[in-house]
Amino acid sequence: MKEINPEKLKAGSNLEKVLVSGQFACTGEIGPPTYASFDVIDKHAEEMRGLVDSINFTDNQTAVVRLSSWAASVHLIQLGLEPNLQMVCRDRNRLAMQSDLLGAYALGVRNVLCLTGDHQAFGNHPGCKGVFDVDSVQLIHMLKRLRDDGCFECGAECKVPPKFFIGCAENPFGDPFEFRAIRLEKKIEAGADFVQTQCILDMERFELFMEKVRERGLHKRAYICAGIMPVKSPRMARYMQTGVPGMLVSEEFCQRLEKAEDPKAEAVEISVEYIKRCQQIEGVAGVHIMAVAWESIVPTIVKKAGLAPRPTF
Amino acid sequence: MIVVENKPVEEILQMIAPYKKILIAGCYGCVTVCLAGGEKEVGLLASQIRMARSKEGNEIEVLEQTVERQCDKEYLLKFQDNAREVEAIVSLACGIGIQYLAEIYEPIPVYPGVNTQFLGANRDIGKWEEFCMACGECVLDKTGGICPIARCSKHLLNGPCGGSQYGKCEVSKDVDCGWHLIYERLKALGQLDKMAEFIPAKNWHRDKGPRKLVKEELTLERD
Ligand code: SF4
Ligand code: SF4
Repeated sequence: MKEINPEKLKAGSNLEKVLVSGQFACTGEIGPPTYASFDVIDKHAEEMRGLVDSINFTDNQTAVVRLSSWAASVHLIQLGLEPNLQMVCRDRNRLAMQSDLLGAYALGVRNVLCLTGDHQAFGNHPGCKGVFDVDSVQLIHMLKRLRDDGCFECGAECKVPPKFFIGCAENPFGDPFEFRAIRLEKKIEAGADFVQTQCILDMERFELFMEKVRERGLHKRAYICAGIMPVKSPRMARYMQTGVPGMLVSEEFCQRLEKAEDPKAEAVEISVEYIKRCQQIEGVAGVHIMAVAWESIVPTIVKKAGLAPRPTF
Repeated sequence: MIVVENKPVEEILQMIAPYKKILIAGCYGCVTVCLAGGEKEVGLLASQIRMARSKEGNEIEVLEQTVERQCDKEYLLKFQDNAREVEAIVSLACGIGIQYLAEIYEPIPVYPGVNTQFLGANRDIGKWEEFCMACGECVLDKTGGICPIARCSKHLLNGPCGGSQYGKCEVSKDVDCGWHLIYERLKALGQLDKMAEFIPAKNWHRDKGPRKLVKEELTLERD
């Protein structure tokens, strides 16, 4: 474990401390509900307590209206856990984004993950107007300027700037593949401190991606956390292989689930195995476990992978 | 050019239900090229309306006229004689023509006969594709001459989103990913380094309300 110099921390979040100290990070994710109650968040937060370094809250994931990411984040702080607030470019212009982030910071949020967001055509309001006033790279840049230069996107001064630990996503499975590492570099250049990748369901492609990342030295400039997704049914895996844009699912992955007597147990097995493989890849600083609609499995995976208990500071 | 699509006749019939005498106003500009609002289409719509109304036993008189352009006052004035005679006008020009016509012939109501779609190129017979959104600050120099605003579904400026795969946009397998096209073009041009350049947040140029362009040298000449 590396010594942490508190003065060098950008935001001082728990996640940042874990990463800066050189320990393998482990984060979770909760999709906020489509109704006005924190009940499920309470439930999953308790399950993950002590087993993850921070919990992502998705922002109207797949363009479906959900309880807001910032409200869920603030609620999690009240429960004594650390959130990672996701923000997409689809639903807000730069005015609303900066305003929401000022509020979130003032209420204690320290990690932000900047994303483009799925196109609105996928969601439950396909006729809505997608905003995309800024893109994810510009959002990262905006947050960095706010934090480090104390100024808004327009250049006006921000007296008490929000000091966020700035995250971005990158998808090693999208095309053009050769551009993916360059795009990540663009995001790091713009100010991303940490990266959470799209979930890995094709390990070989991910390893290839990490090669390109290392060629550019990006792993030394930002903390890269690999996305892990337990997929509990073979049918789901096949659907993701053929029907989800930007996803690559290896044939091996699908077949293992199809051949398994107990696909759920196999899903856990694969996740644990992938986490261990990621620990061997140079430049991977942690894992981000996205158990979409299966949050309750996270504790099992974390424990089986030998990642519990989590460091405390 | 401006690409438009004809409104369903039923919709137009509803708009003109109260009237006994109307004018259908066509335009020889873009709408003629995209086969939606020229002389031919004016004639077609006129006969459809006459037939539908006579079937109802509610006869209507329909005048037809097409001018060079409906986005120019000079040409719009040519409608004068016919416009004075009717209770309402249906314009088959783009949204610009329809509005300009309405302004000039107020208080005669002017109704849209088409849905104005986008600024596009003619790809093939009967096929148009959106190329530009008139953003007011062209970045084609940075993107190999392919527009990231109009041809990327999310108007992204710094490269493809995570949904881009096999050259297609996440929105549909029938939609090319604009950023994939940009990538291929820049590669062919030997300008891939442009993909790595950061493009800052855009000034969407709507800050002073509807845009105006005045070329002083031209206005002076006219005075
Ligand atoms: S950048 Fe695109 S939308 Fe803007 S003017 Fe150029 S072609 Fe048109
Ligand atoms: S897939 Fe391509 S065209 Fe579609 S939104 Fe993403 S970058 Fe834009």
